Order: sequence, then C-alpha cells, then structure tokens
Amino acid sequence: MTTNAVWLKVDGERVAESVQEAVAKLDGAGELVLDFSSVGRIDPGAVGALEKLAVAAGEKAVKICLCGVNVSVYRVLKLVKLTPKFSFGV
Amino acid sequence: MPENIAPPTEERIAYLEGLVSQARIAAAVFTQFTQEDVDRIVKPMVVAGLEQAQHLARLAVEETRLGVMEDKAIKNMVATEFVYNYVRDKRTVGCIREFPESGLVEMAEPIGVIFSLTPITNPTSTVLFKCIMAIKTRNAMVFSPHPNAWRCCAEAVRIMYETALKHGAPEGVFTCIEAPTLPDNAYLMKHKDVRLVDATGGRGASRAAYSSGKPALGVGSGNTPVYLEKTADLDMAVVDIITSKTFDNGTICASEQTVVIDDEIYDRALQKFAELGVHICNEAETELLGHTVIDPVKGQMQPMAVGQKATDIARLIGIRVKPHTKLLIAPIQGVGREYPLSVEKLFPVLAVCRAHSVDEALKLCVDVNHQGGLGHTAVIFSRNDEIIRRFGEVINAGRIIVNSPGAIGALGGVYNDLVPTFSFGCGTGGGNSTMDNVNVYHYLNVKRVARRTQPHMWFRVPNQIYFDMNSVENLREFPSRSTLIVTNQALEQIGHVDIVRRALPAQTMVRVLRIPDAEPEVKVVMHGVEALNSYAADQIVALGGGSVIDAAKLMKLKYEFPEADLEELAAPFLDIRKRVVQFPTVKTNQARLIAISTTSGTGSEVTPFAVMTDKARGRKVTLADYSLSPDVAIVDPQFVMSMPKGLTADTGVDCLTHALEAGVSVFASPYTDSNAMQAIRLVFKYLPIAYENPRDEEARTMVHNAACIAALAFSNASVGVNHALAHAFGARFGVAHGRANALMLPHVIAYNAAVPTKFRPSPRQRAYVAHKKYAMIADLLGLGGNTIEEKIQNLIAATEQLLDRLGMPRSIAELGISHEAFERELPELAKIAFDDPSWRTNPRMPLISELTDLFRSAYRGRGPAPETGRPQQQSEVEVCV
Repeated sequence: MTTNAVWLKVDGERVAESVQEAVAKLDGAGELVLDFSSVGRIDPGAVGALEKLAVAAGEKAVKICLCGVNVSVYRVLKLVKLTPKFSFGV
Repeated sequence: MPENIAPPTEERIAYLEGLVSQARIAAAVFTQFTQEDVDRIVKPMVVAGLEQAQHLARLAVEETRLGVMEDKAIKNMVATEFVYNYVRDKRTVGCIREFPESGLVEMAEPIGVIFSLTPITNPTSTVLFKCIMAIKTRNAMVFSPHPNAWRCCAEAVRIMYETALKHGAPEGVFTCIEAPTLPDNAYLMKHKDVRLVDATGGRGASRAAYSSGKPALGVGSGNTPVYLEKTADLDMAVVDIITSKTFDNGTICASEQTVVIDDEIYDRALQKFAELGVHICNEAETELLGHTVIDPVKGQMQPMAVGQKATDIARLIGIRVKPHTKLLIAPIQGVGREYPLSVEKLFPVLAVCRAHSVDEALKLCVDVNHQGGLGHTAVIFSRNDEIIRRFGEVINAGRIIVNSPGAIGALGGVYNDLVPTFSFGCGTGGGNSTMDNVNVYHYLNVKRVARRTQPHMWFRVPNQIYFDMNSVENLREFPSRSTLIVTNQALEQIGHVDIVRRALPAQTMVRVLRIPDAEPEVKVVMHGVEALNSYAADQIVALGGGSVIDAAKLMKLKYEFPEADLEELAAPFLDIRKRVVQFPTVKTNQARLIAISTTSGTGSEVTPFAVMTDKARGRKVTLADYSLSPDVAIVDPQFVMSMPKGLTADTGVDCLTHALEAGVSVFASPYTDSNAMQAIRLVFKYLPIAYENPRDEEARTMVHNAACIAALAFSNASVGVNHALAHAFGARFGVAHGRANALMLPHVIAYNAAVPTKFRPSPRQRAYVAHKKYAMIADLLGLGGNTIEEKIQNLIAATEQLLDRLGMPRSIAELGISHEAFERELPELAKIAFDDPSWRTNPRMPLISELTDLFRSAYRGRGPAPETGRPQQQSEVEVCV
C-alpha cells in the first residue's frame, strides 16, 4: 500500500499562516509532513492553527508529521497537550 | 469557598473555559521567552502603571467607596516603581542563581496558569503588582477581583495587558473575569489547567484557596499589635502611627490595630495624638464604637466601616469630633472578645491600652497577635535593643516593623529593606504556606541542578616516624619532665622497657604502667588516666602491640579531655566528616604520645583508631579520629625479633588484610595505593621468611615496616568488610584478630571481586574497580593470569598458600566451634558486623544476608588442608616479588 505524502516547509516568520495553509493540503493526502526546522518559536496563533489542523486531519484521517521541531517548541506543544495529535520526525 | 456553592451556568462555564484556555496557551508559549524578552515587557508595564496610577486610584475609590484616592495613587506607584526597583535585576528565567563552590545551579520553571483573587481594599495596586510578577516569571494570570472592585481591576488588567502585548507578551497572558461570583471562583480554583491559586484578601479567600486541592498562595488578614515603649522617640512614633493608620483610611491589613503604651508615656502619647488631629474617645464613645463598628456576634469589623474616614465613622455613630479629625483612638482595658475594639479594624479607629511593665506590655501584644494577627505584622517603637529582641521572640509575625509605620513599613522598600509586596504571607500561624512578603520567587518553581561533588580527600600521618634497627634511640630528641611508659608485664620481663628507659633523656622522671595485653576496657583506660594525673605526665610512651598503644591513645584522650565520653565517641557513623559525635578540641592537659610497636601488624603506632572492648555488650568498638594518632611513631625491629611464631603470623595477616582492604577501599587514593601496594609486596615476600626464620633481621625489619606502611594506607583509606566480620567474630568467640581476619580473607576477596548485589553510595566511587585492583595486586606479585578473573583467582590462591604456610586455620570449624553454636550466634554476628564502621569504605555494600553467607563460608572454610599445604582445586602459584 502506498500513501500520498505531502511535504510543506513552515515559514518561521509566519507559522500560524503556514499551518493554516496546510489545512488546505489535507484533501487527498495520506500523510502531511510539516517541516519546522525554520521555526524558532511559536505564538498562541500558531498553537491555535495547529489545534485546528489536528482536528481537520483527524476528520480526514490524514497523519500529520512535524519534523525538525526544536525542543522549546516541542515543550509548548507538550504543555498544550498537542503532542499526541502528531508524530514527530527529525 | 463553601462546598455547597452552586456551579456556574453552562454559558458561564464556557466563558470561564475560554479565559483559562487562552491563559493555558499563553503560559505554554511563554516558556520560550528569554530573560531579556520578559524584562523588555516588564519595564513599559511599570511605566504604564505609573502613568495611570491616579486614574486607577480614582476608579478604585469610585467603585469601592473605600479609602483615599491620593493614597491609592501612592499605592499604585509603590506597586509599580518600588516593585520594579526590586525585580529589575532579578533573574527569573533560565539559570537564576549559581553556587559554583557547591556545584548547585538554580533554574526557573514557570508555574503556568495562575488563578488570582484580589481584594477590595487594595484593588488596583494588587493587580498591578501581580501583573508585573506574572510577566517577570513567565506565567499567565486569570484575575478574579473582589466583586465590588472588578471594574477598576479589569481596567488595571487591561492597561497592563495591552502594554505587555505591545511589547511581545503572548496573547491571553492576562484575563479578568467580568462581574466575578463565588461560583466562578469555586469553579476555577479546581480547574485542571490552573496550576496555582493565588488569593490575596481575607481569611475566607485564603482558606478557599488552600481547600481547593491546588497548590495555593493564600495570604490573609492580620491584627497588628504595636508596642510603644517608654524609650521610644515619641514624636516620631505618633506621626508614624497616624501616617500608617490613616493611610488609605486604614485599609492596608498591616496597619496598626492596638497600641500598647507604657504607663510612663501613656498620657503624653495621647496628648500628642490629640495635638495632631486625633480624637481620643471617652469611655462612653469607646463603648459605642465597640458596639457599632464591630459585629457583636462575629466579633469582626463591620464592612460598612472599612476604608471610611474617621469623621464619617464618628458622624455615623453619633460621636462629635472636630472637622479634620484623622483618627479615632479608643482606650481599652484589655484584649479579647470582651474588648471588641481589640480586633482588626481596617478603618481609622485605633485601640490603645496602658501597660505597667514591659512584661505586661509584651503579654498584651501577644494577646493581640493571637487574636487574628498570627503571622502577619507587628510594630514596636523603642530604643531598647533588648526589648526589641524580646518583642521579636514572642510575637509571631512575618514582618516585625521597628520604629516605622506598620502599613507602609510592611509593604517593603519604603521605610526598610523588606521585599516590596502587596501580598503578605502569614505563615502557618495565619494558615498560609509562606510568611514572606510574596515576590517573584513565589511565582516560580525553582529547579536545582546539582552537580556531583567529590569531597576532598586527605593523607594524614603522624609528624614523625622513625624506623630501622635501634631507631628507639630517637627518644632522646624528646625532652620530658615526666614520662609514663604504658606497656605490659611480658615486655617488661624481656627487657624492652629497660631499652626504652635508657633511650629517654636522662632528666626525665619515668614511671611504668603495666596493663593487660588485651583490647582495653574503660576501667583500664581510667586507671591510666589516674596515673597520668598523679604524675602530671607530659609524655606517654606506649610500648607494645595494638592493644597497649590503643589503650595509651584512649588514656591520652581522657587525660586531655576529662569530659570525653568514650562510649559516646564510639557512636557509629557513615562518613567521618559528617559524624554526629565530634571529638573534643579544647585540651586541659597536654601530653606527647610516642608509640613503639612490638608487633608487626596493627600499625596502631600511626593510626587514628583505637579498639576498645565493651565487655557488657560482648563487642569491640572502634574509636576513630585523627586526634587519636600518636605524635611520634617508632618502628624499631629490635622489639619484634623475639616475637613468637604464632604472633608473627597473626599480626602479619592483620597487616596484609589492612593493605588489601585499603587497596580496594572507596577512599583509596594514589597516596594510599602506593603504601598499600608496597605493604602487600613486602608481606608476601618477607612474612613467610620472618615466620620460618624469626631471627632473620632483614625479614623482621621489612615485615615491621610493612605493618606501619599498611597502616599509613588504611589510616586514610580505612579498611573493609573483612575487618567488620573479624571484629564481630573475634569478640564473640575470643579469637585473635589476625586469625579472625585470616579466616575471612579469601572469601572476602572473592566477594569484593564479584559484581556487587548492591553498590555502596559514594561520590568517590567513579567506577567499580575492586576486581581490577585485585588483578593489579596479582600483577604486582607476579602471579600471572591472562584475564582479570584469572588474576583474581591467582591472588586468592596465593593468599591461601600464604595463610597455609603461616599455619592459619582453614575454617572456623577447625577452631572447634560447633556448627550449632555457630548457627545460633550467626544472626547476631551479622548484625554486629553490619554495625561495624569498618565496612563503610568497602567497595561493595554488604547486605546482612551477604555477611551471613560470608560467615558461613568462613565456617566451612577453604576446604581441608592438603598434604602439600596448598589449597585444593587451585594450581600452585609462585609469588614473584
């Protein structure tokens, strides 16, 4: 079985917008990979966008993988209990 | 917060959830911020607060109808400027403090979402203070102001939030409940995402916070006693009290409530108050006040009076006062329920009480303190430091303000160096978790990063060690008026005492004390102390084996420190540097101790140990302290040339055990290793020769040196489990120490060389190396072997060969001890061995069961003696040294 994986680079200066744009790519994707390697920090807007993305992905049965997430951002996701919604890659 | 409060409506819950959700995300995002980020946000917040101080004060007075606008403006400025002055340079992110000398680093961890209740009395100032604290510590705060002060508080939160947001704070970092209710508070106090409940206000809010099941910072009401003592600067005191008690119409909970005045200055003090616009109530007015401003049922102040002007209160209850009266003073005769005005009064009514002595004054202050003021604030005006000290001792208050106004003094930073705050911790007396002026550190979790520290080691030995044949002649170098030679009868009979006597300077008065040749009992030691005292001895020459030298060490100890309790000093310890019982240091007499060993084993002439027999408990106890070390050691082999074969073997094995145990000790160091290894080499090479050819001078000399060198090692690295076993077994069955050691030795080597069941906690131990050290010893002895295991086996075999060659018993059974008798004693033996401090430095921490197994192994022994004198199942090992 093959999965249709979509890869997106998240803009470190526009994290919330980048994540919102990712929602549109969910259709038809088996897996969505978001590259966070340019993201140094996230704000509440980005957290909100990720929450929405997780909900949308769940509805469409799309797996979301966040890769290149630094430990500070990872900790934020942990604190807002979002880590179970995503898988994490290097 | 009562349990039976109805829950909020669904709509309200959705609203509250929204506030917490924003705060939760903000708090999470905030964890990414650096110290520079938060400091960049705090400063403009402080400026905004200062700029809006008057505006917020006006709003507060309009809404609450309490206090004085001008004073509230000042409070807002203190809450911003003074607080900022305190926090500006404080580190609250990442590493906040370092202690390089102890390897500790403190790191800040934010709390998360804080649910904060603020009071009606200091509404906006408390909000400003908490906002600054929250940003400085990277926390998000959900505010629930007092229901009658929520609008002004919401405005204060808005000003702080917008400023913070503008300078980079996360959205949602502050939220404020609109029209808060008790159900709102009850709901949020138990909310899963609220990490701390921070309640500033009355006792009810504080109790609700603590009963919420959440970590809480609840601080509450007080009842400030003031002692106006006769030595006080009266003019200053009166002005300070008026300033404080009228500040914001007395709404600060640290303000003065009852002033206890010394009789000598009572009338003068009231006159001064009156001169400065204070109305002194007469008896009828006082009674009227007591019945009106204090609730007669609850015994608490009436809310309608809180924060009102003195003139308004007077008018309300029908007391005629002058138009600009600042304060009403009500003289009362005592403190308690029958004196209603002795409780907290957050309005400009002050009780005063006359005291006829310092004791009476202090008792009255204690009474006030215990009437709702525990842990809060107290004030004293006095120039008498002793009375100030006594006041501080008997009053339970987090802030004891001296010669300054209570309210503003307690806020900190204005009249003193207390930490500026708007939240007074009242300690356990006030039902609070802290007694501090609440500050940034209460809004942080402080993580401590503790680096491994390794205690410094030492290598301590006597000042002077003389060795080789006839080294006793060096005694001439030690002038003495009165010398006591401690020895035993046998040594005197064979002429050793005469040799020593001849070597002492001619002018020395010499006396001889003969003691039994056994580990000393207390009575033997005390007998020696009597002799030392009666001869006023300035020198002790201990001539003998370990028992005699140990006895002399204890005699010197008791001679110099008559109060020393030998039993107590033998108390167990885990680490000699942290022992509970300390050896005394202030000497009364001073006597030099010169130790001359007449056996080649214990090394007692250089060690800081003394073994004493505790006959009553059937055990030997070891005293250990470097103050026990002899001042001078003489290692002269002429005294061991006539040593019997059995004693040569016993003491020689003791020496070998010392060296082997020091070698693998967790306290071993390069300094002790060099001595331990050399001693092992000398014993393996020369002990069999000295045993078989007692007149071989070289062998005797080398074994005698080996004993001293091994002792230098174990004086600093200590011994191990072998000695613990031998002490217990030897004392119970009356077996000579060296022989007891021999019975255990091969089993202990095998035990220590195996992977431990339990590692002994020791910062010195950086790796388990005992097996490698044994292998190294095997290499040193040239025992061969290709692997560590082979080398260890060869060392055990070589040790067994040596023991056989020295005629040592191969098992405990061989001593004629029945199996039944041994098994009967075994549990107690294992317990005694476990209590023995000797094993504390053993590389392997022995379990009681393991000590039992070791005893059993020793009982079974190393198999029957082969005809060849070699252990069975071991290949013959040639010792090459």
